[in-house]
Amino acid sequence: MKKKFSIFEFCLIIGFVFFSILVLYPFWQTIVISFSDPKQVSGLGMNLWPERWITDAYQFVFTYGNTMKAYANTILRTVSGTFLIVAFTMLAAYPLSKRDLPFRNTITIFFLIAMFFSGGIIPDYLLIKNLGLIDTRWALILPSAVNVFYIIIMRNYFMTIDKGIEESAIMDGAGYFTILTKIILPLSKPVIATIALWAAVFHWNEWFQALVYIQDDAKSVLQIVVRKMLTAMDVSQSENAAAIGAGGGSSKNLLLANVRAATVMISIGPIVLVYPFVQKYFIKGIMIGSLKG
Amino acid sequence: MEAKTVTGKTVEIKSPRKSTWEQVKRMKLLYVMLLFPAIMLFIFNYLPMYGVIIAFKNFSPGLGIWDSPWNDFEHFKRLFTDFMFLRALKNTLFISILKIVIAFPAPIIFAILLNEIRNQKFLKVTQSISYLPHFMSWVILSAMIIEVFSPQRGIVNFIITAFGGDPVNFLASKVFFIPVLLLTDIWKEIGYGAIIYLATIASIDPALYEAAEMDGAGRFKKMIHITLPSIMPMVIILFILRLGGILNAGFDQILNLYNPLVYEVADIIDTYVYRSGLEQFQFDYATAVGLFKNVIGIIFILGANAIIRRKSEHGIW
Repeated sequence: MKKKFSIFEFCLIIGFVFFSILVLYPFWQTIVISFSDPKQVSGLGMNLWPERWITDAYQFVFTYGNTMKAYANTILRTVSGTFLIVAFTMLAAYPLSKRDLPFRNTITIFFLIAMFFSGGIIPDYLLIKNLGLIDTRWALILPSAVNVFYIIIMRNYFMTIDKGIEESAIMDGAGYFTILTKIILPLSKPVIATIALWAAVFHWNEWFQALVYIQDDAKSVLQIVVRKMLTAMDVSQSENAAAIGAGGGSSKNLLLANVRAATVMISIGPIVLVYPFVQKYFIKGIMIGSLKG
Repeated sequence: MEAKTVTGKTVEIKSPRKSTWEQVKRMKLLYVMLLFPAIMLFIFNYLPMYGVIIAFKNFSPGLGIWDSPWNDFEHFKRLFTDFMFLRALKNTLFISILKIVIAFPAPIIFAILLNEIRNQKFLKVTQSISYLPHFMSWVILSAMIIEVFSPQRGIVNFIITAFGGDPVNFLASKVFFIPVLLLTDIWKEIGYGAIIYLATIASIDPALYEAAEMDGAGRFKKMIHITLPSIMPMVIILFILRLGGILNAGFDQILNLYNPLVYEVADIIDTYVYRSGLEQFQFDYATAVGLFKNVIGIIFILGANAIIRRKSEHGIW
């Protein structure tokens, strides 16, 4: 194609710059509010730049009640939950990738049904309750440990791996488990990375199960801390941060908005930091996912 | 594992199945591997399906799921006289259809226009920015949205008052709540939704464009006669799938943004199930509402899959 810079393309670029600003503005506004003086953000404004940068809101968040505990819980949940998902996905995907596995179709259907049918939130809740998992960390990682969609994607990937390598390993007397860990695993790094990232983002962001299954604040996660601040806004006009926090001992007169913005920032921090480096895996993952097997 | 024992028995009586049995024995370790995820799936996905029977019972937690008495479809009879449920059904369909009409085409338009940018670096950066909100939860995004539309602090009301208007409490307004839902839904998903279209566009044979240029086709002609028809099959598949999920109007989004002032327009089936079940503890009735939604939803989803299977010879799965 000819390199010709047209008016049309110029308008498009202006349009996309404007679009990008719109997409990013809510994020930037959160940064500004989290670092701003409560007086500055207590009236209508654009929140484009803090008049002076203060870290009171962050100090409050780092000392206030359960936020740091929730951070630790979120990290623990994400690490253990991601590990579980990846492990269970591999355990199911590898056998199901074998075309000569007897009853392969029946077993696949057993997995697929779970993707289409579910009990719904109340039966799920009753199950967790009957298993005695309410207010335990297991309630956050066990129900999502088997993800059928991930299993299908990994199975499809495994099926593209050359069978020759495997067969020669079997000749040498290697068992299936050795083959999975020593041969298949190193060859499947891209798909494992993609699924691990999906699982990590899922667990980092998951809030509904935490809302329903965990009442004990000591086991709560960051998303729930933020969510409580959303509803606190609804029920009371009292914008004082003290209203939301069991004491906290802050006399700095912060707004709920300051504290909420700071909590949002520390909650999305890890995702935003790794985002530029891992986004290509997500994109690759979607492409893998859209190729059906 | 059960399948294994079943064949085990057949083998002792007849010999023709022997090869299968041998194969099972040879691959027994694979079945052991499968056992772990299969048991988890059984506990966490299949057992709740059994719990669904409380939709047909007067459930009392003391008696448990099995011993609670049957109630002759009372919950389902109540369903169609329950004004809150009918309202939720209407809102679900209304919000969902609006999202299909307005939010579904957004990534398509975005992808087609972005493809016109020839500066690869600018294209990559714009695309990376566009799908950032997708990786945030609705809890986090709601915290931002509340600020943007806040009548006390937000930029939107700042602009409105700068032009002499009165501040509007968007999230508490029956008129503006739905537009906010649509706008923020587009914000979250436009970039992510465009990925698949951009990839499809990238795979178009450049010779097509060159030939069109020879024939004197301009930018818009090429867009309409080459780019658009090339992504059309993908658009149709995703559109049918989206129709299949018509009863999903955005539970996470609405549960985090709505409040009692806008229940009239914003309460959908999922949020109604949540409130009546987990806030008012009508476990049995809420399960019945959820079951109703799931059954209709499954019919839509399987129907969508069947259509795609017939059209493209291989379904989504």
